[in-house]
Amino acid sequence: MKLSSISRKLLRIASSKRRFLNSLFSLGVVLSAILVVAPLFIILVSVAIKGGRALNLDFFLSLPKAVGESGGGIAHAIVGTLFMVGTGLLFSIPIGVASGVFLATTSNKRLSAIVRTSADCLAGVPSIVTGLFVYALLVVPFKRFSGFAGAVALSIIMLPTITRTTEEVVRMVPHDLFESAIALGAKRWQAVFRVVLPTASRGILAGFIGAASRAMGETAPLMFTAFGSHFLNLNPFEPVSAIPLVIFNYAISPYEDWQQKAWAASLVLTFLVLGGIIVSRRLVYGRFG
Amino acid sequence: MGGLDSKMVLDENGSWSDRIMKASFTGDLEDHPKLAKGFDVKMRIERLTAGYGKRNAITDISLPIIKNRVTAIIGPSGCGKSTFLRCLNRMHEVLPEAFVSGRVTLDDVDIYGEDIDPTDLRRRVGMVFQKPNPFPTMSIRNNCLAGFLLTSKKVRYPEEVVERTLRKVGLWDEVKDMLDRPGTYLSGGQQQRLCIARALAVEPEVLLMDEPCSALDPIATARIEELIHELCSSVTIVIVTHNMQQAARVSHFTAFLYMGRLIEYGDTPTIFTRPKESLTEEYITGRFG
Repeated sequence: MKLSSISRKLLRIASSKRRFLNSLFSLGVVLSAILVVAPLFIILVSVAIKGGRALNLDFFLSLPKAVGESGGGIAHAIVGTLFMVGTGLLFSIPIGVASGVFLATTSNKRLSAIVRTSADCLAGVPSIVTGLFVYALLVVPFKRFSGFAGAVALSIIMLPTITRTTEEVVRMVPHDLFESAIALGAKRWQAVFRVVLPTASRGILAGFIGAASRAMGETAPLMFTAFGSHFLNLNPFEPVSAIPLVIFNYAISPYEDWQQKAWAASLVLTFLVLGGIIVSRRLVYGRFG
Repeated sequence: MGGLDSKMVLDENGSWSDRIMKASFTGDLEDHPKLAKGFDVKMRIERLTAGYGKRNAITDISLPIIKNRVTAIIGPSGCGKSTFLRCLNRMHEVLPEAFVSGRVTLDDVDIYGEDIDPTDLRRRVGMVFQKPNPFPTMSIRNNCLAGFLLTSKKVRYPEEVVERTLRKVGLWDEVKDMLDRPGTYLSGGQQQRLCIARALAVEPEVLLMDEPCSALDPIATARIEELIHELCSSVTIVIVTHNMQQAARVSHFTAFLYMGRLIEYGDTPTIFTRPKESLTEEYITGRFG
């Protein structure tokens, strides 16, 4: 009798301790989750509030005015960003898709390990180093900053992302489909280009958009290559502006009007990048990704 | 001594490997006077050994495939049934580190000969896989025509080919109003019949089926079995199956494989009622495998 009441008491103590620990850890997990979401939320809200004030249609469509004049926009930078990311994609898509397909389909383990590790290392190279490399490669010899050099720098930044996402989504295509195509008399390249790649196309496209939207936000590699410009420049071999460059130059300027515009440009850039990432996730995971 | 005794008790007919070696069938039709009469041989497999890396999957298999008849390959999992099947249209060599030795002839021509293009061979020897796998990016119509579309071969009257092959597999009435829907829109059994139609569209002489019903429900299975029965008047069929009742129902000839070797081959009624080898009997009556 006495013994059982003692054991019951001990049990109760143990269980209350267990419950206490349980709620403590639950609280910890929820707090960490909030800490993950909070910075994004705070950034979005502050950029929206500060940038929203200077944002209007004119901001997208017109060129910068001289200091002191009000109005003006960043059309030159939007065009420059789209031009450089687009041209960069022209370089990185063929190489990235081809190497991704190679990684996913080859049986040469040594070579694929080398290529895969190189791609991962390239993704880890600080973007300012990439910028410096292209500066030495394309700017110094021609003695000229250019949008073309900026596009090359961005293509190097996008390349590993495209390679690795292509590899992953091509791997997800059931091997059966490839074999069925082979069994119908298709050659390897026919099976890859006409069955495997179309089946993986959504995922590959998601890789392009994801890579492009991240590259859009890169500032460092453009500082030594595209350099920036106050004019709308359609010649790829002249300095070209880009949204992150405008943000950088305007934000450190002493003029309040320009600082305003830096916030507005930040808002535009944030939405471009986030939009791209959301679209690419939806392509991969469906509607609610 | 004790060890030997216990082994004798376990297996009174001798060790497994001895029995497998003794049972190996020579593959000469002349050994089977009953078979040799009145049948044409479509494919002849002689001393076929194949595997991956250094491991043999099948060893020294010799076997005739009788024209316009159904040959069933039975045996427990991992006995080499699929590898055997894949050697008949040279799909085996698509996998990394695969090797093949021996001779396989189609109409008395060695399919591993130097002047044989495997892609041409695969059009003559079609294949249907275990899981229904219509190409997800193609419509029902284009799935039927895949053998032409993938290999850039011209079709004179595509609509006729589509209707004829879909009728052959009994799918025409079910899908004629939705030929532009994706192939994956259909039910599992319909998808498998579409895959058979896809294989038949290029008019192969031999059709290899690798457990074509194992992913299907009993009704869909019955339809496929019926279809096999109808098809074998114009096509030579080799079917791998786990299901012994199915082998008994659909096939005219049966080969029993065990641990990569051919244990017994003969006409299906004999194999299922009066097998020569005790291994065959034990497998068919469900004592192992």
